[in-house]
Amino acid sequence: MRNKPRIVAALILLLSLHAAILLAKFVTPYDPAVQNRDFPFAPPTRIHFVDSRGHVHLRPFVYQWKARPDTFNEYDEARDKSYPVRFFIQGPEHKLAGLLRSHVHLFGVEDPAQIFLAGTDAYGRDQFSRILYGGQVSLAAGLLATVISLFLGLVVGCISGFYGRWIDDSAMRLVELFLVLPWLYFLLAVRSFLPLHISPTQTFFLLVTVIGTIGWARPARLVRGIVLSAKSRNYVIASRGFGASDYYMLRRHVLPHTYGILLTQAALLVPQYVVAEVTLSFLGLGLSEPAPSWGNLLANLQQYNVLVSYWWMFAPALALVIVSLGYLQMANAVQELQSGSI
Amino acid sequence: MNYLERRVIHGVLLLAGVSVLCFAFGVMAPGDFFDEMKLNPQISPATVAALRSQYGIDQPLPLRYGRWVESVLRGEWGYSFAYNCPVRSLLMVRAGNTLLLTTLATLLAWLIALPLGVWTANRRGRWDDRLGLAGTTLLLSVPELVIALVLLYLAVRTHALPAGGMVSVGFGGLGKQAQLIDLASHLVIPAATLVLASLPLLVRHIRASVLEVLQAPFVQAARAHGIGGARLLFRYVLPAAANPLSSLLGLSIGGLLSGSLLVEVITGWPGMGPLLLEASLARDVHVVIGAVMASTFFMIAGSMVADVLLVVLDPRVRLGST
Repeated sequence: MRNKPRIVAALILLLSLHAAILLAKFVTPYDPAVQNRDFPFAPPTRIHFVDSRGHVHLRPFVYQWKARPDTFNEYDEARDKSYPVRFFIQGPEHKLAGLLRSHVHLFGVEDPAQIFLAGTDAYGRDQFSRILYGGQVSLAAGLLATVISLFLGLVVGCISGFYGRWIDDSAMRLVELFLVLPWLYFLLAVRSFLPLHISPTQTFFLLVTVIGTIGWARPARLVRGIVLSAKSRNYVIASRGFGASDYYMLRRHVLPHTYGILLTQAALLVPQYVVAEVTLSFLGLGLSEPAPSWGNLLANLQQYNVLVSYWWMFAPALALVIVSLGYLQMANAVQELQSGSI
Repeated sequence: MNYLERRVIHGVLLLAGVSVLCFAFGVMAPGDFFDEMKLNPQISPATVAALRSQYGIDQPLPLRYGRWVESVLRGEWGYSFAYNCPVRSLLMVRAGNTLLLTTLATLLAWLIALPLGVWTANRRGRWDDRLGLAGTTLLLSVPELVIALVLLYLAVRTHALPAGGMVSVGFGGLGKQAQLIDLASHLVIPAATLVLASLPLLVRHIRASVLEVLQAPFVQAARAHGIGGARLLFRYVLPAAANPLSSLLGLSIGGLLSGSLLVEVITGWPGMGPLLLEASLARDVHVVIGAVMASTFFMIAGSMVADVLLVVLDPRVRLGST
């Protein structure tokens, strides 16, 4: 493969990002809901290696933010006392994976100092923690919706391609219908017909279902094409001659041909659906506060003063871009692998 | 039946399908526009019931659908509960604004993408092609939402461009030319967002399809005959590459429409996006359906324009009796 190092790099980036988001409770220094009312819109804490006397320290350290008197959300570093950054530090208790009780966090600083890698929001909540926790929601939504889409596409595509005739005709008309819809308009319309004020868990599954159901058409059409070409191959026809059932033929001889296209589609759909969730939450139709998701974190930027004054509120966008970039590289890699192997 | 007639009928059938789909989702949903009123102690349940029957919400789906179709045929496109007027009058202005934005963005995007795609295809594997590839990859992974926010940030920080809306305060008092300039300056950010968001995919597809043609035997034969440069490009390569590109044009219009919804909301462009969002939150069913129908209509119309263009451009496409 031509671009092997780049693809390996993308894979590592993607895996570590997913791991960090999955283990958010351990990786983040603070609870995403804890408010620091003394530090609204504090900028990202600066990590220092050189102290005020010019000594270089191997262990990075931070200063505490101190509100500048008579200003509005402006801060200076309190240079009189430094706090070293400690790894595997004791912090608030959390339950890792719902089982393991633990006090250990990947990094942090001792009280009373605080470390805000990506600044804080209007309530003084640590953005870095919120981004990782929000990633759990956004990524899970993207992944689950992809699974739904691919499953629906696979079922419809297989049946339509395998049985043909009127089933095929009507299924493909339906596919055309879904393909021609401008998806965001339709998504918004469907969402508008569903209840607005329900619990976060319900909202999440509702969102996932709606996003996943709308995108089944393209995978269905692609799978159908592959099933069509696969079922006319000689060994498939031969297996019919040996008395194989429809189910056996589909599972044994036809389905394996679709794996490649499913994998490519998955890599393309995941970032698309993550963006879909983010978009809906951004517009106020998805998950709402206090549950963090990348969409409602970015929604802070809808306020004019936040957009203008606090650049670190763009941090969730960076996470979003990295996820998209990683998955697109994966899609390219899978495509290249396929075209190389066939 | 000739080709165009069949396409039109197909499009109308698709629109009908979309409307049925919207209504089906609408009836599955619990609650309606008047639910909020039930919470208000000053409005008696009888009043709410009367309102619901006045607007026909209490009737079964097929009947409601029938009444909606009737009102579409009358040219009203249903009735907005929130605005208390026919949907058509609401939609016309908004759709016009959306159309202005998306048409401009489509034109610009293609005007920029075509030379870029052709250029990078011609320079395959060299440094400028690689640069283009890296650029499109990067741009491809930045969602419209982020592009719009970043552009808005830049505009606000530099004070170079207005940060939202369609016209400035006091627009009516300006002269014709000043009005045009004002409108154009408001168009820059939403249009630039849409262009940037749709550019990478366009460049890639154009590059791929031009590349395929460049390697075709007939192009080599043309080269061997001493045909080169602009003549080769415009007479031989581009017409042959037009076929996949015309379906791409249709698709890009759809993408732009979806993208414009979000961009309109962020930049405050008074198109169909903000209208749809408001109607969604208020459960103003007919407005929602009207907006979806209008956007689907634009999309179908766009792909039809693309197909007609193809017939003009590509001599291999013949409209026979098939």
